[in-house]
Amino acid sequence: MAPNSARRSSSSRRAQYSVFTGYVLATIGAVVGAGLLGLSLISPEAFSGPREIANDVASPAGEVSARARTNGKGLLDSISGYFRAGSQNAQLKKEVELARIRLAEAKATEAENARLKALLGLTEAEVKPVVVTRLIASTSTSARRFGYIGAGRAEGVQVGMPVRSERGVIGRVLEVGSATSRVLLLTDSQSVLPVRLASTKRRASAFAEGRGDGRIQIRLINLGINPLRKGDVLVTSGAGGYYRPGTAVAIVSEVTSDGAIARPISDPAATNFVSVEPIWQPEAISAAATPVDESIAE
Amino acid sequence: MERVNPQSRRDAYGSRINRAPSPVLVFAVPIVSILLCTLLPLFFITSAVPYVPPLAFMMLMAWRIIRPGIFPVWIGFPLGLFDDLFSGQPFGSAMLLWSLAMIAIDIIEARFPWRSFVQDWLTVAGFTTLYIVAAAIVSGGELGAPMVIALLPQIVLAIVLFPVIARLVARLDRLRLTRFREVR
Repeated sequence: MAPNSARRSSSSRRAQYSVFTGYVLATIGAVVGAGLLGLSLISPEAFSGPREIANDVASPAGEVSARARTNGKGLLDSISGYFRAGSQNAQLKKEVELARIRLAEAKATEAENARLKALLGLTEAEVKPVVVTRLIASTSTSARRFGYIGAGRAEGVQVGMPVRSERGVIGRVLEVGSATSRVLLLTDSQSVLPVRLASTKRRASAFAEGRGDGRIQIRLINLGINPLRKGDVLVTSGAGGYYRPGTAVAIVSEVTSDGAIARPISDPAATNFVSVEPIWQPEAISAAATPVDESIAE
Repeated sequence: MERVNPQSRRDAYGSRINRAPSPVLVFAVPIVSILLCTLLPLFFITSAVPYVPPLAFMMLMAWRIIRPGIFPVWIGFPLGLFDDLFSGQPFGSAMLLWSLAMIAIDIIEARFPWRSFVQDWLTVAGFTTLYIVAAAIVSGGELGAPMVIALLPQIVLAIVLFPVIARLVARLDRLRLTRFREVR
């Protein structure tokens, strides 16, 4: 069928003008869009205000869907969750996996303790989370990986705070609204996280960079013989001051010449509750932000 | 006496006598359906990989192709603004890309006024592929080989999904034009 397109208007002058105005408006729209896009690429924080308000308004829907979503992990698991045996199996697998992560974390703590004792005999108390909340949404269409959590400025969330689930690191708070916050997920291509190997025998420090395809690129800091092996667990090293050391990050799935490719331990699709933790070493971050020629202490 | 066929008073949109479509539905159904499609992938599916097709953009394209003339050319700007608030893309990317898509589809329609569904499908497949790639380019992320490869399942899924979306739009269009209002 030939469409009755608005383009072929009529001999009516008024109709012709309105078509022309439509094109002018659409072009203006595209130009304004391009301008805003350029602005927000130069300074990503530029339009955080309207975004935060929009997400605060939409967050109740997210709370409801988060509850519905947690019945199954991802699309495939929720299908298999219909069968009793399948869901039980998945739950057991999850438990075993959790136990493995705990074990690896415990080993990392052990190594950490040994190191600290060797230094000063310092011990660290368990950190109380700023808030425990739900992961209410995540961008599943865009090539960027962001998540939204149901806590904001009112709960004391601040930009830069690490976000973790019971399994491991999810990401870092990027923008804070009054009742929701935007989280840069671990797998985003702009996310970089200092990690180390959770092993008492082998030592390795590396950067975990998101690849944008759901996996993480591990880049070793010391090049040489690659100490990583398939199945190794990587934990946060605490360098940079944002993340507390010893939190599980990723499992090595493929060893490459300059590091490895790893899978994140904490899949956002499988996450329901997350805890926002305080920044580990705020002094280190403010010191890093201070120009070299200024003194840190006032 | 010859009787009028009783079916002649009805059509797919309900009784033709004494009834008219609701102006609210006629106006709101397309727009609300697109806005809902903006929110749907955000809240109901979370994943480590971007494999959900751009539903809102595809919905807009489907409405534009199935019912040309219900949307003015400039509709890409306001709808894109709403999408930008939620999509995680840098602000302005949907405004720019949706506006350009609406202008381009107008030009294509003037060039090929007579089409079949297959041609529509091909058009939308092309548009959606370009949109996904362009959105990834302007996303501000690092454009490496893994990210580009990760886009492929999304593109394939989007192309396969279009007939379903077209059917859905046809259903919504029937709802939109159903004569609910009683004319006195």
